[in-house]
Amino acid sequence: MAPFGYACLLLALVVCGYGIGASLYGVRRARPEFAASGRRAMYALAVVLTAAMVVLEIAFISNSFAFNTVADTSSRTTPLLYRVAAVWSSQEGSLLLWAWLMSLWSSLALFLTRRRMRDIAGYATAILLGFGAFFVSLMVFYANPFATTSPAPTEGVGLDPLLRFPTMMIHPPMLYSGYTLSIIPLAFGMGALLARRLDADWIRGIRRFAFAAWLFLGAGILLGARWSYAELGWGGYWGWDAVENASLMPWLTATAFLHSLMIQEKRGMLKVWNISLVLATGTLAIMGTFLVRSGILNSIHAFGGQTLGVPFVTLIGLLIGTSIYLVVTRRATLRSEHRLDSLLSRESIFLANNLVLVGLCFVIFWGTYFPLISEALTGQEASVGPPWFDRYTVPLALVLVLLSGIGPVIAWRRATLANARRNFVVPCSLALATFAGLELAGAAGKPFASAMFCCAAFVLGSVGQEFVRGTRARSAMAGEPAPRALVSLVRRNRRRYGGYIVHVGIAVLFVGVAASSSFQHATELGLSPGQSARVGAYTVRYVRPTATVTPRYDTAHTGSTLNLGAQLDVSKGGRHVATLNPSEGYYASGEAAQGTVGSLIGGQPVSHIAMDAGITRDVWTAVQPDIEAPALARIVKVGDRTLPPEDGILAVGYIAKSYLRNPPQAQFHFIVSPLVMWIWIGGLIAVGGGLTAIWPAPSTLRRRAAALARTRAVRGLARA
Amino acid sequence: MSLLVALLTLALATFVVAVVIGPLRAGSRARAKHPTEVERHGAAADAGAEDQRAAIARDELARDELDAAREAKYREIRDCELDFLTGKLSPEDYRAIDAQLRAEAIEILDRFERLTTDS
Repeated sequence: MAPFGYACLLLALVVCGYGIGASLYGVRRARPEFAASGRRAMYALAVVLTAAMVVLEIAFISNSFAFNTVADTSSRTTPLLYRVAAVWSSQEGSLLLWAWLMSLWSSLALFLTRRRMRDIAGYATAILLGFGAFFVSLMVFYANPFATTSPAPTEGVGLDPLLRFPTMMIHPPMLYSGYTLSIIPLAFGMGALLARRLDADWIRGIRRFAFAAWLFLGAGILLGARWSYAELGWGGYWGWDAVENASLMPWLTATAFLHSLMIQEKRGMLKVWNISLVLATGTLAIMGTFLVRSGILNSIHAFGGQTLGVPFVTLIGLLIGTSIYLVVTRRATLRSEHRLDSLLSRESIFLANNLVLVGLCFVIFWGTYFPLISEALTGQEASVGPPWFDRYTVPLALVLVLLSGIGPVIAWRRATLANARRNFVVPCSLALATFAGLELAGAAGKPFASAMFCCAAFVLGSVGQEFVRGTRARSAMAGEPAPRALVSLVRRNRRRYGGYIVHVGIAVLFVGVAASSSFQHATELGLSPGQSARVGAYTVRYVRPTATVTPRYDTAHTGSTLNLGAQLDVSKGGRHVATLNPSEGYYASGEAAQGTVGSLIGGQPVSHIAMDAGITRDVWTAVQPDIEAPALARIVKVGDRTLPPEDGILAVGYIAKSYLRNPPQAQFHFIVSPLVMWIWIGGLIAVGGGLTAIWPAPSTLRRRAAALARTRAVRGLARA
Repeated sequence: MSLLVALLTLALATFVVAVVIGPLRAGSRARAKHPTEVERHGAAADAGAEDQRAAIARDELARDELDAAREAKYREIRDCELDFLTGKLSPEDYRAIDAQLRAEAIEILDRFERLTTDS
């Protein structure tokens, strides 16, 4: 079936070429049938790439090791669920995933806008198909997912142990959905510039897709952070890794765009700013995709092997050059229709928020790309670590959270000072009360963390006040009881109140970040069985060693041949808190040169962390057993020398027994982090708020609201 | 390439072609049923027909734009009312802004009506 898969790629390339031509002809010559044909080319691309994806999935599920990608990233002993996800763990498969998701989301966007923006949609279709052609070309000419080897190997290498984690299955599709959704507003933005029409219809058309891109990117970033925290052995959720940063930057510019878009919608202002944000978001999404394939990264995120740096740099250069050219040559159509009515207005707060978000993006961009470029040019390793990023991003994050609390209590157009003062009483009181509480608890010694807690309290106060007042107003107007009034209020004002919920989620998330960063107890412990150590208020006792052996032919085998670990008892004030079972997994390397026993356990070891998560704190630990201890090393050496390959597993069993009988001292990384759970809870709240904001109102409700507003507009003017 | 692969590829390609040329065939059928000015009166009529198509397209775009502007204006009126009800605007400011927004809404409705009447 590999030839059919490759044939799908070739067909996809032809479809893209035709679609680009038909769309451009249709829009330039006002021939709607050609524009429609171009749009259908995108639908057809989605069908063709779905067929290709199905072929590759079947290859992975059925262990067709003739496919190079299957042999390189899967194996008979990889669990089925991970085999399905292994498709996108390779360069080739991930390119197919990218192109496939792009075709699906683009098809949806073009279908939903098929009766609108006819002068723009043709250009947008051509641009989106251009992206499709780019990614399909990469697969056809550089990284073919359907390349085969004959004769086929009997077994594959298996999925990287670090990727055998549930959130890693969904993290790439979510992130790629965010990236691919980001280029839809870019395509429509370029189309609008080409058509010289950046108006209310354009805003209405792309707003939802910009929001969807923001939502998926955010969810993908959170899932990645969760994987980092729960799977990797360093105990953190964000390391300012270049690839993490590359996904955060388009999310920041998308956040800025969603806010400033409202100003353009209401006041016809910030057109240049908005179109620049849209183009920047899409370009940053491509740059994020480029980073892991450029060959300049040595990271768990990087795809090894062939580098696709040159084609991507070419595309990025083309995007930047075209964007600048279009904005400069179309600046006459981008003039603002109005000016700011007042500095004390929601528009001003949004502007400030935009500056902070773009500032954050700039700092992260500088910290991410400058060292890479410097290293590429000079050959000298340059690095910018977390302390550098924290120094600049923490103060900006504080300002951002504060602004997210101020915005909801300020009116559009202009607010009176007296009203503003009155509206700030509750949020400021909450913030002050929080500060007082921190002082009493002796926790005010960490200034940034304390400031973040106070700002978050301010946000909760202002948003809570909005919900209470809005519910009261709705209840008084419609005579509804409070709970029903609240539901009606949110249903009728989804964008506003969904946005407020997002603000709450982000504030809660930052509380978790501030607490877990500033009040964390982390320590390295060297313990033998029976020994205890104090970590802050907790006592950790090494109860007993643990060891398991799972041969490759065992159907329960999930990857590691040998697992060595420990059982720990954690207590506080004499009271049992948790029992933790961290371990280190030792995997087969597949390198026969390592010897009979060495090859069974000589692969990259993976830490299986143990954690007791709670609302107030997480107790986290990872273990590094001393597998190089003389007694264990001797078993490996003797086994390598004397045992035939089929009996190597017996020596591994003996290593396990020896470890249990006479365990060497193990090193434990032990962390107590307050409020980490609130990072994930805050993220879920933000996602919920985003879904609320983006959810379409029922059409009857929309029609009724429009008719009502029309009538009231006429009556009001008659009265005036 | 095996026969199965060839047949699958051919089937997929046929499907793609059918999907993609659908609108072109529909356009041809429509022209055959209602011959254009070109087919009746030649090249001069073609320019007229093209101008007519362009004018229709411009009107449609203008209608879509006004529709979107109207929706946005209604939302602004509702937001303003909610700002007042939740204590963010004084009664004087609310009356002034509300009147301004309603006037802008009437202007959009008038332009919409003129466009509908003219076309």
